[in-house]
Amino acid sequence: MWQNFKNGFIKENPVFGLYLGMCSALAISTSLNNAIGMGACVTLVLICSNIIVSLIRKITPDEIRIPVYIVVIASLVTLVEMIVHAFMPELYTSLGVFLGLIVVNCIILGRAEAFASKNGVGASAIDGLGMGLGYTFALLLISVVREFLTTAGLSFVNPFDSTQVIFSFTIEALEPYTISLFGASVGAFLTFACFAALFAVLRERANKKEAK
Amino acid sequence: MMELFSLALGAVLVNNVVLSKFLGICPFLGVSKSSKNAIGMGLAVIFVIFGASLITYALYYLVLEPLNIEYMQLITFILVIATFVQFIEMFIKKYSAGLYKALGIYLPLITTNCVVLFVAQDNITQGYNLAETIVNSIAVPAGFMLVLYLFSCLRERLDSADTPKAFKGNPIALVTAGLMALAFSAFAGIV
Repeated sequence: MWQNFKNGFIKENPVFGLYLGMCSALAISTSLNNAIGMGACVTLVLICSNIIVSLIRKITPDEIRIPVYIVVIASLVTLVEMIVHAFMPELYTSLGVFLGLIVVNCIILGRAEAFASKNGVGASAIDGLGMGLGYTFALLLISVVREFLTTAGLSFVNPFDSTQVIFSFTIEALEPYTISLFGASVGAFLTFACFAALFAVLRERANKKEAK
Repeated sequence: MMELFSLALGAVLVNNVVLSKFLGICPFLGVSKSSKNAIGMGLAVIFVIFGASLITYALYYLVLEPLNIEYMQLITFILVIATFVQFIEMFIKKYSAGLYKALGIYLPLITTNCVVLFVAQDNITQGYNLAETIVNSIAVPAGFMLVLYLFSCLRERLDSADTPKAFKGNPIALVTAGLMALAFSAFAGIV
């Protein structure tokens, strides 16, 4: 089970390994705050949807399982959207349309179909947690690089109260050299491509080790 | 009329869904390996988005809003889309077996193509009227198709290019997409 959980990070990282959930990974990875907020929302939805799908797996007719999963996921996302809107208005504005689009994030439907519909509740919850954290980890990597290159610093504020800064620093010596391009879509694609290549190398190395 | 035209031009070139809004990346990478499939996928997406947006538009203003249950938006919209995709899948299966085989797994995946849900929601949140909704629901997927086709042509060349081993496949495709986004950002001033 620990292996299942660990796989989500490097070997089967949903974003860099399986190329799932890329739209949101590219779009909202402009700042650390967005990445953590989005990661938390997706992880929450993923765990809950995996648990529910796993609970109803025996009573769901096979032909209509996809619509059933989609309704389960859409209800959960609506809930999460309302919670974020009520308690974290700043995050709600900065994630914008991508919060609702969690419904069509392939990771969630993919895990419901590939894992939760065949496994028990406990295992499905762990799988959801692992995959969700793997997604968050990928978002964190991209957003740290992008935020640092565009602002020469990093900052994180409390999502429940935007006046409370948890940490924030900038390297002043680097400020004249910031690259605003990395805040734009080009930067998202380039950063993503470099990480994807890096993960491909890591994966190959891990596979070679196993083969020996 | 002029406004509708600039809305369409804006949706295709300036705010392209793939390159500036990052939607529909999965089919963008998945189906772009040959230009023929790219066109098939593009047409299917235009058809689905156009149909689904009109239905969701009507549903929202005739059912959800009068009943004050706007919060059901996400659930209703995704169900309409899923049904519509099922319909087009049966249609293509019947009339074009070759295309059906080629599009394979990506056809049912139009359901989870974020562009579809995005356009349906965007029409509501932007407060578009019927004419604007129609233009928007054709222009946005047309922009998707344009980029998908251009990208598939580039990818056919990339296959034979000598790329570093780690970048083979998707990573180099993403670098290419980034450069395309850079090129498209030059359109920013025209609307």
